[in-house]
Amino acid sequence: MINTVNLVKIYQNGGVPVPAVRGVDLRVERGEFVAIMGPSGSGKSTLVHMLGGLDVRTSGEIWLDGKRADTLGESAWALLRRQKIGFVFQFFNLVTNMTVADNVELPALLAGASPREARERREHLLGALGLTGRADAAPAQLAGGEQQRVALARALANRPSLLLADEPTGNLDSRNTRDVLGLLGEVHRDGQTIVLVTHDARVASLADRVVSLLDGQIVDDGAVRAPRRRPRGTAGDVVELRG
Amino acid sequence: MRPFLLALLAKEPAHGYELKQALEQIFGSAYPSPNIGQIYVTLGRLEKDGLVRAVDVEQSNRPNKKVYYLTAAGREALDDWADEPSEGPRVRDEFFMKLVLAPMTGIADRMTLISRQRRHYLGLMRDLNEIAERTPGEDRVALLLIEGAMLHLQADLDWLERCQEDLS
Ligand SMILES: Nc1ncnc2c1ncn2[C@@H]1O[C@H](COP(=O)(O)OP(=O)(O)O)[C@@H](O)[C@H]1O
Ligand SMILES: [Mg+2]
Repeated sequence: MINTVNLVKIYQNGGVPVPAVRGVDLRVERGEFVAIMGPSGSGKSTLVHMLGGLDVRTSGEIWLDGKRADTLGESAWALLRRQKIGFVFQFFNLVTNMTVADNVELPALLAGASPREARERREHLLGALGLTGRADAAPAQLAGGEQQRVALARALANRPSLLLADEPTGNLDSRNTRDVLGLLGEVHRDGQTIVLVTHDARVASLADRVVSLLDGQIVDDGAVRAPRRRPRGTAGDVVELRG
Repeated sequence: MRPFLLALLAKEPAHGYELKQALEQIFGSAYPSPNIGQIYVTLGRLEKDGLVRAVDVEQSNRPNKKVYYLTAAGREALDDWADEPSEGPRVRDEFFMKLVLAPMTGIADRMTLISRQRRHYLGLMRDLNEIAERTPGEDRVALLLIEGAMLHLQADLDWLERCQEDLS
């Protein structure tokens, strides 16, 4: 699904080069759920932005579905995103003069869904995220955690084959995080590919694989496995887990 | 288990089996069901230390049963237990010792240790997620225990990240 080859991003900060991503080779299979972790400033946002065509790479290659993507122009990327990529920004980026419902339905309509399909999809997504009552609100009327969930609903509206998300639970309390985890699980089971930046260990632990970045490079890449098979563990085992 | 039994007896006198049932009912799955033998052994020790006393209560057609109640000394021990601060999470744990000692001895690379530990913590978190899913919503105490364990793990992971930033 995704393949990057020696991907590099160097920002120019007032003439001073800032290397943000330094030679990343990342391969993500179709249907895989990959979490990206790493300290602040390690290049996580830059990496997913490049994968979604929202930041231009300095050098290296990006392949999506077997096609070279890093050489595409802005409008070709826009078309690609409309067809098969959902993107959740770290800072939401909702359209301020549209209601929550319209924010979520728009990508589905742009991708060619009928108004009815778009509405049903929107109702399902807002329901799954506990936002049904907020459909007619404007984004500015919502709390940060609500805006963040709307951003996730919007990214999933066109049933993208690839979901890219930059810290989608950064502003959520534990109950809302549980809703988001439930929805991500559903999306994963449906076979959509997920690449998600997170600091939240609950979210990362659901991924098939965790990639750790440090100073723009991958320093670890491996599967997440529960340590032992205990078919019927209960909360009583939590004590044992810590021990 | 000593302070738990003292606390239950501070509420009302009880016999061993009632204490077992009370523990199960209060903690749900948050506390592994204690076996009755363990409870009697603990009660015996508490009695020897003068913290509880037992009276025989006659029962028709059955052997007498022992009902335990709290003594003044027991009450004091219970108050001391409630008043003292509980031990916090272990920070200087075995992993920390490995991390510090590793480069001196060449037994392992620090980044490798950190990465391995991160995977281990995430695996534990996955296990906790599964346990949480299996725990019924009414079992509030158990869910709080799980959430506590998750928050501890999150803190451990954040700390690993700090180690990685500082030691690289
Ligand atoms: N638009 C930009 N211009 C200049 N430097 C940037 C820009 N965006 C990010 N950087 C720098 O690139 C590095 C990686 O940033 P980022 O990808 O946002 O990291 P993360 O998401 O892991 O916190 C940081 O040093 C950051 O300051
Ligand atoms: Mg970021």
